[in-house]
Amino acid sequence: MNQFLSLLLNGLSLGAIYALIALGFVIIFKASEVVTFMQGSLLLLGAYLIARLSEPIGFWAAAAVGIVGTAAAAVLVERLLISRLRGAPVISLAILTIGVDLIILTEITRRIGSDILNVGHPWGGDAVSIGGVGITTNRALAIVVAGILIGAFFIAFKFSSWGIAMRAAAEDGEAAALMGIRLGWVSMVAWLVAGVLAAVAGLFATGSPTPGVTPAIWAVALAALPAAILGGLDSTGGALVGGLIIGVATAMAAGYQDQIAFLGRGFGEVVPYVVMVAVLLVRPSGLFGTRDVTRV
Amino acid sequence: MSDTSTATRLVKGVVLLALLVVLLALPLYVEEFWLRTGFAVFAAIIGAVGLNLLVGTTGQLSLAHAFFLAVGALTYVYVSGDPGGSAIEYGGFGLPPIVGMVAGVVMAGLAGVLFSPIAARLRGIYLGVASLGLVFIGQHLLNTWTSVSGGFNGRLAPAFDLFGFSFGGNEEPYLAVLGVPFGQAERLWYLGLALCALACWFASNLLRSRPGRALQNVRDSEVAASVMGVNVQEYKAKVFLVSSMYAGLAGVLYALSIGSVAPESFSLLLSVQYLAMIVLGGLGSVGGAAMGAAFVSALPLVLQQYSGSLPFIVEPGQPGIVASQAAAFLYGGAIVLVVMFEPGGLAGLARRLKRQPRPPQESPPVSTTSSAPADSSSGGTPR
Repeated sequence: MNQFLSLLLNGLSLGAIYALIALGFVIIFKASEVVTFMQGSLLLLGAYLIARLSEPIGFWAAAAVGIVGTAAAAVLVERLLISRLRGAPVISLAILTIGVDLIILTEITRRIGSDILNVGHPWGGDAVSIGGVGITTNRALAIVVAGILIGAFFIAFKFSSWGIAMRAAAEDGEAAALMGIRLGWVSMVAWLVAGVLAAVAGLFATGSPTPGVTPAIWAVALAALPAAILGGLDSTGGALVGGLIIGVATAMAAGYQDQIAFLGRGFGEVVPYVVMVAVLLVRPSGLFGTRDVTRV
Repeated sequence: MSDTSTATRLVKGVVLLALLVVLLALPLYVEEFWLRTGFAVFAAIIGAVGLNLLVGTTGQLSLAHAFFLAVGALTYVYVSGDPGGSAIEYGGFGLPPIVGMVAGVVMAGLAGVLFSPIAARLRGIYLGVASLGLVFIGQHLLNTWTSVSGGFNGRLAPAFDLFGFSFGGNEEPYLAVLGVPFGQAERLWYLGLALCALACWFASNLLRSRPGRALQNVRDSEVAASVMGVNVQEYKAKVFLVSSMYAGLAGVLYALSIGSVAPESFSLLLSVQYLAMIVLGGLGSVGGAAMGAAFVSALPLVLQQYSGSLPFIVEPGQPGIVASQAAAFLYGGAIVLVVMFEPGGLAGLARRLKRQPRPPQESPPVSTTSSAPADSSSGGTPR
């Protein structure tokens, strides 16, 4: 039972990280109708900047620079590439982001080489105990920070003028534009928010129990794609639920790997995809996604 | 009108014939490196043409191509390979290679058919991400099922032979043409050329026939296609079958080209490379897919070969850019440029160069509906 609770808690913390990234996917999809495959390289960029700068300028300044830098990179991509292709087919835009992702990933992989960069979190590898269930401080903080950020996002989404503009744009872009909503501005802010979320996710994804920044953490963001899809690509709440489901399922599969050994070693890594395919078979638009009404 | 179209077809035929003659004569002149690269390119062209049928013609985004290549390659080595392995034992039937090749194609097709019920339910980008899952699940399967794959280090691929004519290391029976001895590289070149020509011919005929039109109709609008009497689900399942059979054949040739297979080779990166090929070449065009495949698959090999004479490329392990990274930069950048400025890809560029300058009073080409992926028939105006 204790093991179960511990896995559940760790799964939730992993899920919180996934939820941050998945929320980024969903925000970008709603605002600019782009399915971005470059959240992975944004996350890696954020973590890389923080790790490289934390020694010369200290952790907190490095974290700030990393988050701002990643958001700037996301906005740059939106301004230079995506905003000029408004109305292009979804597939072309997705492929475009794959191209950008490839470039950033290759460059950072080249810079990191075979090293493991240490981020130097002030909380290091400490662990806390909540009701007798142990979890690393890093993961506990991840839950708290992700909770605050996601809560703030939902409030902004509901009440701020940007949130209202974005919901209007997602509902009917043309009508929103005619009502004086600047779609370009909405889209740019969406990319900015997604960049911030990716960098924060990168900050926690590279902390204990993960050893540090390696190119492999790019795959973390990739595993958040199933989270966004199974929640429903156009549902912000779905991203949260999807992230938590994927996180808990992954942690459970890794924790009980002796019991499910017949599925092979390292089954935990493919759990997100198995869960996603299973959900999509039953609900082709995800749990909370807008259903496609045409049938052919 | 019919005059010009006959003339165009004539010119096209002559160009293709000339290309074929050059390709047939090439092994008599060029060195082994280029022949080996050529074989890898032929394999990539077959895979890219198959993926293009699915993504370019039918508009179904798939990132699962690497998985179907893996199925083809692994089936080939298992059916035609012998049992062996020192650290990790693996099995094999040791049947003639041609049986293994056919089995590889069939099994890949079967895998495509098994996936198609999922594919048929999903639309657009949902399918793209679900197919992404197939790559990861496939890699896990390969790493786990060591009796087939040989585990992490993989296993050797048996050399190909056809009715006693070997395409492998022993070079029997001895053959020399115009004083050039035909070794492994020359033989594989012709094998690849023949299979590749067949694959392209089949695909271009398919595109011009009734099923091809139906597939394009599905891409442009599923509702419209269904109203016109096209059974959308059936066609989607069939194009998945054909596309994964192409991938299976490409996988078999890939195994022959490398000489061994390892699970690691069939990662997401391979799928991305295939996607890059068809985007660079031009979605929906067979010739474009071939050009894109040649560019993306030959680039790292050529950069590696000439890394000594290229100033910015270094050997692996040294600080700097190694050949595979340089290639990734180049085709990553090329993808961005193509999507931005020439959605028709290399094929669209070729079409544009061929066309006469328009008289000014003629209206500009009308852009098609935004739901059609990078349609090139409208003249490929950048959006």
